[in-house]
Amino acid sequence: MKILVTDQAGVDHELEGLEGWRVMEVIRDWGLNIKAECGGALSCATCHVYVDKDWLDVVGPPSDEEEDMLDSVGDVRPNSRLCCQILMSDALDGLKVTLAPSAAKD
Amino acid sequence: MSTEITTDVVVIGAGPCGLFAAFELGLLDLKCHFVDILDRPGGQCAELYPEKPIYDIPGFPVVTGQQLTDNLMAQIAPFGPEFHFNRMVNSIVKQEDGSFKLTTDADEVFHAKVVVIAAGGGSFQPKRPPVDGIEAYENKSVFYSVRKMDDFRGQDVVIVGGGDSALDWTLNLQPIVNSLTLVHRRAVFKAAPASVNKMQELVAEGKINFLTGQIAKLDGEDGQLTHVHLTTDAGDLAVPATRLLPFFGLTMKLGPVADWGLELNDNTIVVDTEKFQTSVPGIFAIGDINSYPGKLKLILSGFHEAALMAQAAKAIVAPGERVVFQYTTSSTKLQKKLGVA
Repeated sequence: MKILVTDQAGVDHELEGLEGWRVMEVIRDWGLNIKAECGGALSCATCHVYVDKDWLDVVGPPSDEEEDMLDSVGDVRPNSRLCCQILMSDALDGLKVTLAPSAAKD
Repeated sequence: MSTEITTDVVVIGAGPCGLFAAFELGLLDLKCHFVDILDRPGGQCAELYPEKPIYDIPGFPVVTGQQLTDNLMAQIAPFGPEFHFNRMVNSIVKQEDGSFKLTTDADEVFHAKVVVIAAGGGSFQPKRPPVDGIEAYENKSVFYSVRKMDDFRGQDVVIVGGGDSALDWTLNLQPIVNSLTLVHRRAVFKAAPASVNKMQELVAEGKINFLTGQIAKLDGEDGQLTHVHLTTDAGDLAVPATRLLPFFGLTMKLGPVADWGLELNDNTIVVDTEKFQTSVPGIFAIGDINSYPGKLKLILSGFHEAALMAQAAKAIVAPGERVVFQYTTSSTKLQKKLGVA
């Protein structure tokens, strides 16, 4: 299964994802510009992405705890998600996301 | 005048790996001083996930970040490590006699024979909102903490955030400012409900403004802010502002570590796997901040690294002294050091 990721510089990447991996882990594993400093503990909001509008319904809304974490970034949009909370599955084959500026490494 | 402290080892970073290093060093009679930018021990375990369960600490089927920190503090207590919180090591300079001189941003000077860098992902720094050109205003009209309340007296202040820092400073600064606008992306707050209620009373009395939105742009000149542009539910607007306080929590930055002349690899410090020594003999790096072939960023790896590092540190502090390898279960000598025999 594949995900399509647009990085902060506007460059598109097609990444091979594995069932059960978090989208954050896929993006990090491919070496894109994602800080993901807490490693998936839902404690930092540095894996912030914008989900493509065609995929919003499939991905679903963030949990309350994820909404709380999103308070710690300054570039939230209605389609913001923390991609450590999105698990790869067949239903998400072809998922399109854009890395938020606040997800960038230093 | 600066404070001068002489010790065997300075450990930079009081996260789990740094703390356990004090145990291994203590068994070898080496005295430790810790320097950490946070106000308490635990590093990421305390700052990022104090309540989150950790499942891969050997011997603990489950333990929270805070419990692990508390246990490590109890474990190293017999060795009397000393802690210097809320400060950052700015420089490390090797002296002619092979020892190191470290200076902190709190104007302390440490003289140590060995330095252990256990700084994890670097030092925790305030998160900078992704707004173009904000750097030019920092420490002039944009601040990430309130050091002196007087700097805000009579000012037009914009505070951004929904946590305790944002709400506490809204309540504390309101009586002395010219105007105050609290901005948060939604009308749900993580801050203590009592603070939120007080804030809402001030809004109802017309003493402060509250807007749901985010910062879009800053206006000003020579670092002096004049307006904060906001994207709000009610459209874009510009709020006159001479001070901005964004409270978005903390993030880790490598910081001064990059300037210490150590060989680095992608924001980590290169070490060998015998001693976990850096490219500068006498400076060691353990835990998440180091890298070597096969490195796994796990707390348990850092514990192992601490044990091997301690042996090498001992050889530097007490050259020529024969170190007998002993177990805490059987050695009366070690048990005396631990205060149990």
